[in-house]
Amino acid sequence: MTEAVLRTRKLRKEFGKGDGRVRAVDDVDLAVDAGETVAVMGPSGCGKSTLLHLLGGLQRPTGGEVELGGRRVETMSERALARLRRDRIGFVFQAFHLMPELTAVENVEVPALLAGRSPRAARTTALDLLDQVGLADRTGHLPSALSGGQRQRVAIARALSTEPLVVLADEPTGNLDSAATAEVLRLFDRLHRAGQTLVVVTHDARIAATADRILSMRDGALVDQTVLAGAA
Amino acid sequence: MQDVVLALLAKEPSHGYQLRARLRDALGPLGEALNDGQIYVTLTRLEKAGLVTWEPAGEGEGRDRKVYALTPAGQHRVAEWLTEVAWPRPAPTDFHLKLTAAAAARLADPIALVDAQRRELLRLLRDAQRAALAEPPGSVAGLLLEGQVLRLEADLKWLDACEQAWTTRGDRK
Repeated sequence: MTEAVLRTRKLRKEFGKGDGRVRAVDDVDLAVDAGETVAVMGPSGCGKSTLLHLLGGLQRPTGGEVELGGRRVETMSERALARLRRDRIGFVFQAFHLMPELTAVENVEVPALLAGRSPRAARTTALDLLDQVGLADRTGHLPSALSGGQRQRVAIARALSTEPLVVLADEPTGNLDSAATAEVLRLFDRLHRAGQTLVVVTHDARIAATADRILSMRDGALVDQTVLAGAA
Repeated sequence: MQDVVLALLAKEPSHGYQLRARLRDALGPLGEALNDGQIYVTLTRLEKAGLVTWEPAGEGEGRDRKVYALTPAGQHRVAEWLTEVAWPRPAPTDFHLKLTAAAAARLADPIALVDAQRRELLRLLRDAQRAALAEPPGSVAGLLLEGQVLRLEADLKWLDACEQAWTTRGDRK
């Protein structure tokens, strides 16, 4: 039994007040083991993106606990939280969020530079990661000169640049066509095999099917689980 | 199976094992369940129906004694098959009726049935996708696996629609 890298206990997030109060995340207990890929699926508005934001310290819970790498996240100072997000978590978003004025390799090395790595080391790592995502020949391109699938692969390389404990992905194929989705799919499959811990929130059954476990979320709660790890 | 074997014979007169190899190539991992004897059973039936005929193989053509070929009736049947547009199982009728019957008789919670079915389809999707990723680019069998993946994806979307519809209906158990 491997140790959980990411864990929540009775995690809860409410929005609004009084009668208009909505429980977006309702008593979620979750444990993600090292090297495990977990997908969270559910209808729009079920709270899955909010859950991911709580896991990544992008939002503070109303109640309950989040633990990453053995450290409590929800009680951290803003400063410590910012450092944790920068150094220990890789984020991948639906809309890529690349910096338009930076080239692919510059985008990928930003987190490593912010984390205090030397420019030379950051560049070497960034070039290596772009090679791993199949973009060795696009390192000097601006995002505007890349296809959607290529932009998302740059964003995934960036998410990996600080060797994060966990990569959190929010609808990573939401803006991509079928061919670009297949590119991201292959990449996630490779990351999974390489032992990267990954939590992905998605509508896309194909992405979810690369996971070890798929959790179904409804009205803020985890209601069902499909275990895919093992036999195949 | 009969139509497929006839169409495979349209290329040229062939041994049974050659037909089997062509079928295996086209189906890839989905053809693994194919039984070696099935081709020969089918060929025998087609021969009885007058759609194929055979000649003894020439010297040095190996252990397979017969070379099969289409008769004119067989050629006609292939041409007909190619113009048919029937599509098997366009609607997930069975599962739909299962949900309807289970809800009406209060035998089971439709949402629980949807969840169980979704788990199964996700497993099938995982297997199909892995098999598709393992195929070399441009593989004919890969195209069939892609078809399977896309259909499973569509079925999973439909299960989401089922979940929503049965959640809002009053006749849940």
